[in-house]
Amino acid sequence: MGDVLILGDMKEGSLDTRTLELVGVGRRLAKERGGDLCVLLLGDEPGGGAAEAASYGPAKVYSVAHPLLKGFQPEFWLKALEQVCAQVKPGVFLMSHSYKGMELGPRLACRLGARLTTDCIDLAVDPQDGLLLRTKPVSGGNAISVFKCPGDPQMATVRGKVFEPAAAAEAKGEIVEIAVELDASMARVASLEVVKEEVVALDKADVVVAGGAGLGEEDGFEVLEDLRKALSKSFGNVMIGCSRVAVDKGWISSDHQVGLTGTMISPDIYVAVGISGAIQHLVGMVHSKKIIAINTDAGCNMFKVADYGVVEDFDKIIPALVEKLEGL
Amino acid sequence: MKEMRIIVCAKQIPDPEAPLSDVRVDAENKEVIVDAPQVISPFDENALEAALRITEDLGGTITVLSLGKKVSDTVLRKALAAGADELILLQDDAFDKLDSYSVAQALADAIRKIGDYDLILTGRQAGDWDSGQVGLLLGEILGIPSISLAREISVEEGSVVVKKSTPEGYERVKAALPALVTVSNEVGELRYISRTRMLKMLKGAGSIPSWSTQELGTPSDALNKMCIVELSSPPDMRRNCQFLEGATPDEVAGKLAAVLKSLQ
Repeated sequence: MGDVLILGDMKEGSLDTRTLELVGVGRRLAKERGGDLCVLLLGDEPGGGAAEAASYGPAKVYSVAHPLLKGFQPEFWLKALEQVCAQVKPGVFLMSHSYKGMELGPRLACRLGARLTTDCIDLAVDPQDGLLLRTKPVSGGNAISVFKCPGDPQMATVRGKVFEPAAAAEAKGEIVEIAVELDASMARVASLEVVKEEVVALDKADVVVAGGAGLGEEDGFEVLEDLRKALSKSFGNVMIGCSRVAVDKGWISSDHQVGLTGTMISPDIYVAVGISGAIQHLVGMVHSKKIIAINTDAGCNMFKVADYGVVEDFDKIIPALVEKLEGL
Repeated sequence: MKEMRIIVCAKQIPDPEAPLSDVRVDAENKEVIVDAPQVISPFDENALEAALRITEDLGGTITVLSLGKKVSDTVLRKALAAGADELILLQDDAFDKLDSYSVAQALADAIRKIGDYDLILTGRQAGDWDSGQVGLLLGEILGIPSISLAREISVEEGSVVVKKSTPEGYERVKAALPALVTVSNEVGELRYISRTRMLKMLKGAGSIPSWSTQELGTPSDALNKMCIVELSSPPDMRRNCQFLEGATPDEVAGKLAAVLKSLQ
């Protein structure tokens, strides 16, 4: 029947939270299917992560070390994954719907002749045929679909922060080292430079002041910045967010983008300014504790999900608001 | 240098910006019913914009491919109005509700039929099923290098150089042509198309070629449908909005400040 294999990932030398979430859901699926849970780690030095993964009690931790697996060149990772799958023959293979998983998932599925479902928020085993039932939001979040696909292994990428991270177990897993054959000629895409930028960590904000198309121009974000500063005096971590349109228009960088393909957040307060509320945006902020919407269109979606609404031009209301906040 | 030939894959979907009230789930028939006009999927528009910028710099031609059970040429003619040179619709009843792999397979057949190309651009994911697979699968099926999540694309001396978004910033990567690149919205929105230009294109006499599985040589039993076991509505996200009103913006701002103070 084949075991449940999950692809783990490391951050600053230790396992990331997404991996622990995968261990949690993977363990349940292994039980439902009647097989073992195994963890796979790839890298130039995956040893530390492998030892850590073993403490969560999988049957096995496959550790694949190779100098070419340093960083993330998808073609090396894919070749390594192909070789591991040929040897391990997993029945289910799960990855996180992360930067790596989004790239590796479809490409590996194609190479293995399997079918992948991306960004799943629930997984179960159909007792009839043992196939995975893959639950995924579709249509930007307007509907929830349960898919079933043929093929072996059963593959899915899993959305972050949906499943509980696994707790450490008493039984230690066995660490198995797998050798892979890689050479530099396998990469047809060459990395020229990797650049770290200062990116905002929107998911750490207490309050987000977000702008969209309704700002009309880039300068609108300066008005929002005034509000951000004013709120910072009483609300801790206040950050600027935006809709996809604002990024498309080149007004602001994409690390500020909230929504399905940006960051999914649930701050204490979300102030939506000039954002009409496309569904793909709403799914990224609708779990905010309080939502305040400012928009000239009283009929827009954002007011339907808001707690407080102001139907007015932001350019009139925000400077006045900043003044009031400073007076309080 | 020979002329650049770019293929852009663009999907027609119901407008993802539609108001919530215009969307409902038909659980029985497992369909999302959207009472909104059809548009080109937003990330595919970003891909078209990226293609237009390349051909503006280097010359060359852009062919737009769109696949579906039925594709409206009035929706896709927008691509021609924006500056694409050629539009080919891939239409067949057999293309209804295909899984990602089968879509990629049919697109690959169409691209092999076109034959000569340097660069294929697709959106990073479509705004209806949000699967994010077709582009990368297409690259695999055609056996060409693929690069995902592009925020900037340039072509130089037979290679494509892409700035791709990463969680910590970006990476610059390079691949020899032909190659496939999936495009993210950082590339920028599709350029403005004047009303007169749009109308002219809609009235355009030229008929748009349409290929079915027969023309593509895709055996229809090679294509698989998505298997949806169940389709349901998400939890209701609506709240009761309390509108703050007043005679002047100043008065409303005062009320809003009081609300914020109460949330502190």
